[in-house]
Amino acid sequence: MRITCPYCGERDRREFYYQGDAVALDRPDPEAGEAAWDDYIHNRDNPAGVTRDLWYHETGCGAWVVVTRNTVTHEVLSCELAQDAKEAGA
Amino acid sequence: MRFSGLRVLKEGLTGNKVWQSHWRDATPKDAYDVVIIGGGGHGLSTAYYLAKEHGITNVAVLEKGYLGGGNVGRNTTIVRANYFLPGNSEFYSHSLKLWEGLEEDLNYNVMHSQRGQIALFHSDAQRDAAIRRGNAIRNQGDDVELLSVADLKRMLPYLDYDQARFPIYGGLLQRRAGTARHDAVAWGYARGASDRGVDLIQNCEVTGIDIEGGVVKGVQTTRGAIKAKKVAIIVAGRSSQVAQMAGMRLPIESHVLQAFVTEGLKPCIDHVVSFGMGHFYISQSDKGGLVFGGDLDFYASYAARGNLPMVEHVMEAGMTLMPAIGKAKVLRSWGGIMDMTPDGSPIIDKTGVEGLYLDAGWCYGGFKAVPGSGFSMAHLVATDRHHDPAARFRLDRFRTGRGLMDEEGTGMQHNLH
Repeated sequence: MRITCPYCGERDRREFYYQGDAVALDRPDPEAGEAAWDDYIHNRDNPAGVTRDLWYHETGCGAWVVVTRNTVTHEVLSCELAQDAKEAGA
Repeated sequence: MRFSGLRVLKEGLTGNKVWQSHWRDATPKDAYDVVIIGGGGHGLSTAYYLAKEHGITNVAVLEKGYLGGGNVGRNTTIVRANYFLPGNSEFYSHSLKLWEGLEEDLNYNVMHSQRGQIALFHSDAQRDAAIRRGNAIRNQGDDVELLSVADLKRMLPYLDYDQARFPIYGGLLQRRAGTARHDAVAWGYARGASDRGVDLIQNCEVTGIDIEGGVVKGVQTTRGAIKAKKVAIIVAGRSSQVAQMAGMRLPIESHVLQAFVTEGLKPCIDHVVSFGMGHFYISQSDKGGLVFGGDLDFYASYAARGNLPMVEHVMEAGMTLMPAIGKAKVLRSWGGIMDMTPDGSPIIDKTGVEGLYLDAGWCYGGFKAVPGSGFSMAHLVATDRHHDPAARFRLDRFRTGRGLMDEEGTGMQHNLH
């Protein structure tokens, strides 16, 4: 599996650290309550198919990257900076 | 279908023409007392113990593929009870006791081999941790021994003891641990359940769960609707998809775990051995193949195959520990779909829907749990009360933070187990 860092280009998966589902882009308000935080921290859609997750370009430029990929085929569909994804309101 | 030495000899000499299926390949009825979704190890053992321990035989096991075609046929067959934390300790201890009586109970040869498992350690700190774990295992009533390097050199002469980077300081041995023939475990439970009247239904995918007023009424399947008083979800890596049919979002992320097997060799590795400084563990199958594996690839996956970085890591770790195996040729590698929970421990619990039960989150340790999981899940489904050894496997522990069981002490996050 190869991941395209928006800054560095296509790189080996080894350069990246997997943080998990891209829920971090939608962090609940601190006062959102127990159910919202439980959902955010623990519960996952966990789709068999297209998913969006968050990877850290650990041994590269240090960028956080939102990777859209297929969990059944390991095909990487698109990669964008987490910052851009967040600002786009995704 | 029954076997005996005499019969095997006779049929072997006369063309092996009489052997039949070990269980009935049933067609679905309109209604059951209990429907179990998932015909893997845990689903089959649940069905077996429902019938045997609780006399509930109007049961269907629905399997979308073929029986035992999931993780119970894709694992590295290790059976052990060397957990540290309360909750896990008593459960795996109970499961190991069931393993020890399993062949007699099922009247089926599951090739359970208590060859011993040795977890190596490579520093003073790891020795301290091993002793602490060992004390916890003994407190639970299970066996464990601390091995010195001299002990190890007698038992495992093939390890590389003299290397500078990862010197071997000793090991923790559980003699009652070992391996079993994974497929036979599924077949044995299937036969035992089928003989007691359970319908085992293959090629029957559940497409919906019928719920009315918060009470489960049955399931929709590719072979028609089936009514049920109780429904148990026991589908490992697919738990999120099936739970979604009941409107549930689970604390589970599915990951890939790879395993490998070499060509058949003469007996050389007599135990289950795990490396303490990298992700590598190994045993030798009765057919002679070296069966080994490592850690997760560490990203969500349903591909049932992994990527090369973890292949490389596992091979490197293996060569570091026992360079002799470098001559063996790897025949196959494969991946299983692991239902990972945030704390790395499983769930056997009721759900928010009356009559709907969940057995999931076995992470990468589900095989050794097959008897215990089935026994405890059957108890829960039959009596609506948690079975003592599995009483801490609660679904709400993540929400409340009470009773989390993080064996590795890495934190309650999906990407850390």
